[in-house]
Amino acid sequence: MRHTISILVENKFGVLARVAGLFSARGYNIASLAVSETLDSSVSYMTIVVEAKDEKVLEQITKQLNKLIDVITVTDFTKKEHIDRELVLAKINYTSKDKLKLEAIFSKFVGKIVQHKADTAIVEAVGDEQQIKVLLEELNKFGIKELVRTGKLAIE
Amino acid sequence: MVGARILLESLKKSGVEVIFGYPGGQVLPIFDQLYDFDVKFILTRHEQGAAHAADGYARATGKVGVCLATSGPGATNLVTGIATAYMDSIPMVAITGQVGTHLIGNDAFQEADVTGITRPVTKHNFLVKDVKDLARTIAEAFYIASSGRPGPVLIDIPVDVQRADTEFIWPQDIKIRSYQPVYSGHPGQIKKAAKLISTSKKPIIYAGGGIITSGADLELKKLAEKIQAPVTTTFMGLGGFCGTHKLFLGMLGMHGTAYANHAVMESDLIIAIGARFDDRVTGRLDAFAPGAKVIHIDIDPSSISKNVRVDIPIVGDAKNVIDELIGQIDQLPDTAEWLKTVESWKKKYPLIYKDDSAMIKPQYILEQLWDLTKGDAIICTEVGQSQMWACQWYKYLTPRTFISSGGLGTMGFGFPAAMGAKLGCPEKEVFNIAGDGSIQMNIQELGTCVANKINVKVLIFNNGFLGMVRQWQELFYKKRYSFTPITSPDYVLLAQSYGAVGIKVTKKSEVIPALKKAIETNNTVFIDFRIEPEENVYPMVPAGKAINEMIEGLA
Repeated sequence: MRHTISILVENKFGVLARVAGLFSARGYNIASLAVSETLDSSVSYMTIVVEAKDEKVLEQITKQLNKLIDVITVTDFTKKEHIDRELVLAKINYTSKDKLKLEAIFSKFVGKIVQHKADTAIVEAVGDEQQIKVLLEELNKFGIKELVRTGKLAIE
Repeated sequence: MVGARILLESLKKSGVEVIFGYPGGQVLPIFDQLYDFDVKFILTRHEQGAAHAADGYARATGKVGVCLATSGPGATNLVTGIATAYMDSIPMVAITGQVGTHLIGNDAFQEADVTGITRPVTKHNFLVKDVKDLARTIAEAFYIASSGRPGPVLIDIPVDVQRADTEFIWPQDIKIRSYQPVYSGHPGQIKKAAKLISTSKKPIIYAGGGIITSGADLELKKLAEKIQAPVTTTFMGLGGFCGTHKLFLGMLGMHGTAYANHAVMESDLIIAIGARFDDRVTGRLDAFAPGAKVIHIDIDPSSISKNVRVDIPIVGDAKNVIDELIGQIDQLPDTAEWLKTVESWKKKYPLIYKDDSAMIKPQYILEQLWDLTKGDAIICTEVGQSQMWACQWYKYLTPRTFISSGGLGTMGFGFPAAMGAKLGCPEKEVFNIAGDGSIQMNIQELGTCVANKINVKVLIFNNGFLGMVRQWQELFYKKRYSFTPITSPDYVLLAQSYGAVGIKVTKKSEVIPALKKAIETNNTVFIDFRIEPEENVYPMVPAGKAINEMIEGLA
């Protein structure tokens, strides 16, 4: 099962390596990871999506993260009410005649064209895991040439 | 003040009495300051020796051990010693030189990413890039190393930071917002634990190294005597409960006593304190103590429910929690029947060995050592058969008298650790129980011992084999002794060439005189005991078996 964990850490060099090392040393794969500064620039916020076989594995991950000296708090969002979002940028096949089709899609999702050159458009979209999944299926009908994603962000 | 001087002043402020280390290009400013600084510096013959010596010093005294090495190979040579301390939760501060900040990442001469290399084997580590951060970093390092569940902390100091000048400001108070160890247990949980103890019929206390770290030996004794529960300790817990106490069952696990293992398996309540249910203790996990409820007291939440399902977890310091727990138990459990059963196991499955051969038995040597010292000594060990015999055949009466690499099982640990222990406790007689394999891994420290007049007594159980691996080959690999026979130098001549004393013992009748001579000799002594070559360590729980499925050896 996939779990979303967020951790508040000291904004210092090496912290990301400590967190990443904790996962890699145990053979756990990180599905996505987003890191950035917070309002307080001495603190960074990491949102990590991880695959954990069972509760015991997740409990160990959380405890081990808490044990790192630079980690301030650890929150497992899996059982908590929370809002999560992801931003995607996709380069798709697109010409002016596709305009209505694309607008129809974006009427259902939060997104827009941010650049259009010749037969290619770059679109941006924001949504939760399910919305992004459906959106990508829709965009795939145009043909996705390139795709980048931020990874999940979550907040209580 | 220059960084190098700030480092030494900070170590002094932290209460450091002795530093073990080795000079090199990127620590020249530090060594220049050491030249006329008032602190004991012990020049080892290998950086690994320095790390183990700092570790041995820490284990013997409870203080933070300090080692110092240069960048690159100096630092990487510390790694085994740091990992050893990490696995056994030993407070240590390792200081390494680093190439200048402008060269870091350039593959400079003797450069290694030491904070990267040691990240998984330290409790925490630091790279100090600004001399203004140095004093505070050292204060934090000592605080982190010695608080909560202790462990090694490494500080990497680039050579230009050692040379840079700034004002020396020693922080009065160290607070780290992201690091707040919990010392007192949850009162509700302690109450629940007390209730469970009151209603138990077959309780057993399973105590680990946490007892020693926390200094909870007296509290443990009080608890055991109050509830009349038998006590078994882990390898790391030896000395945490008096080895001659009638409630003591010895060590449990793979080479534990049969009666300790039976008692754990048959118990209805395990009170685990400062122990972590390591695989050498539990054997086959799904068959471990099937009828027992578990109370687990540990300062490290990640140790709880890691391997074994726990009914009542209590996060906190062993000493505090036991003390609270004792106060909460109003109704004492009736354990008279249970103690009778345990006593019958003690009689039925004693630790034994056959003493009928003409060869010297290692168990015999340890029995004689016990008779001569009666527990008033520090016993260090290397790793393997000799180590396990030392657990079984010597009795540890007080904490910090048994010093050995448990979690990592580091061969070559014992001799340098014994040096560190002797420096920390000069009034104590310090022995290193060694095999002929292990002793050859850090034998160069003979030079350190003699040069600094550190009198440790090394008892080499010389059987011509890497004995523990040979034992496994005998039992599980059809006696195919693949690369386990090993040669030795002439230890008597070797000791003499270093200026130490060497004694060779080939007959049983020479054992006691040799031990007496070693104790009387005011020098480092190597005794080369030629022991029975194929003696095995029993009892033994084969890998993957439940801990009551032991090979007894003598049926």
